[in-house]
Amino acid sequence: MKSPYKIAIIDYQMSNMFSIKNALNALGFESEITSSRSKILSCDGAILPGVGSFPEAMKHIKSLNLDESINGFINTGKPFMGICLGYQLLFEKSEEVENTYGLGIMSGEVKKIPKKNKETKVPHVGWNNVKRNTLLNGVQNIGPLKAFNDDDYFYFVHSYYVHPGNDNDIYM
Amino acid sequence: MSLALRIIPRLDIKGPNLVKGVHLEGLRVLGKPESFAKFYYEQGADELFYQDVVASLYGRNSLQDIVSKMAKEIFIPLTVGGGIRSIDDISCILRAGADKVAINTSAIKDPELISLASDAFGASTIVVGIEAIKQPNGDYIAFTDNGRNSTNKEAISWAKEVEQLGAGEIILTCVDQEGSGKGFDLDLIKKVIDSVSIPVVAHGGAGNMQHVLDLTSKISVSGVAISSLFHYDYILHNRCIDGYEEGNIDFLKSNRILSNIESASIAKLKSFLLRNNSLVRKI
Repeated sequence: MKSPYKIAIIDYQMSNMFSIKNALNALGFESEITSSRSKILSCDGAILPGVGSFPEAMKHIKSLNLDESINGFINTGKPFMGICLGYQLLFEKSEEVENTYGLGIMSGEVKKIPKKNKETKVPHVGWNNVKRNTLLNGVQNIGPLKAFNDDDYFYFVHSYYVHPGNDNDIYM
Repeated sequence: MSLALRIIPRLDIKGPNLVKGVHLEGLRVLGKPESFAKFYYEQGADELFYQDVVASLYGRNSLQDIVSKMAKEIFIPLTVGGGIRSIDDISCILRAGADKVAINTSAIKDPELISLASDAFGASTIVVGIEAIKQPNGDYIAFTDNGRNSTNKEAISWAKEVEQLGAGEIILTCVDQEGSGKGFDLDLIKKVIDSVSIPVVAHGGAGNMQHVLDLTSKISVSGVAISSLFHYDYILHNRCIDGYEEGNIDFLKSNRILSNIESASIAKLKSFLLRNNSLVRKI
């Protein structure tokens, strides 16, 4: 099934962008891997992928002036998705490797996963369930994750997590 | 939170072929890696592990083409190892569609590569392979070049060192067990897991489903990497030997499997583990 929408995969030269492109192909979306501001803005949706460390990613994003393009795209109100590090980059800062400022589009910071006991392995790697946050009233059934059930599996591979600054930003 | 045990088919690649040896040696050609990988993905594999088994020996890396072809139709994480020597090699293989890279020989020759790679790509992208061989005195020594060359690294202290250097995961091969179908070396695996706090994937020795359960019911491994068990199951179901001109194909023509391997599909192994209270991801 072919979708009429075209998706920009934002290229900051250090991610697994082709995994995303292949997934979009399989889902029937046309997509383009690009770091051009005009190409990003002309798309119907944009994805900020992420494999890499936070400071390296910010360095690349700034040298390619992508911070401005990302802000510009989000301001149009069109759908935007950050995946993994691409999601963490949207927040104010991260403690990965060294304290680094992020894009600051969302309030909150990125922290290292604490080791609670001997059984906790960091990085957190593998397929795990995601539980809905039952403390959040009324917002659980909106947003892009509404189609998922509590026992669905997602693949995780990370040592850092986002501590959001504003509860109203949490959809799940 | 309930993190599932990862069942990871391991594909040893030599040139264009999927191969399998015993103790990482005596490589037999089994078929085209692409066909096996697709089958494993459809059967519910949690990840795939590709190892170019001669890359560091000949200083080449032929996996890139296979990886970029595979990544188009397989939507589970791919870890790729073999002949990775530099930050540029890592960039290339990630761009080809790999999600993680595994380093062994170069990590031992140049441990700083682990820190550099971890800082650049994030710890969770960098897997260090440890190929351990038991010595007459009971110590385990880390080997390089697919179990061919000895080093001065004792395997358990090397595991601690790679964690300190920034590795995000260890794939531990018990070379004495590898391809033998004798079961995992529980003693070695437990020692390594107890000495690090990063995830450890165990590889080498699974000859039947019970061997996997013997490991996962006693030791908190994050994953198991399995070759023979799954490869022979695939061959039983999809025998095809046409078109192979390179490598040792006598085994494929012989229409038999090793007597000490009781083949099983991924789906069958997962049901078996679930019935016996080992948590795996259901499909």
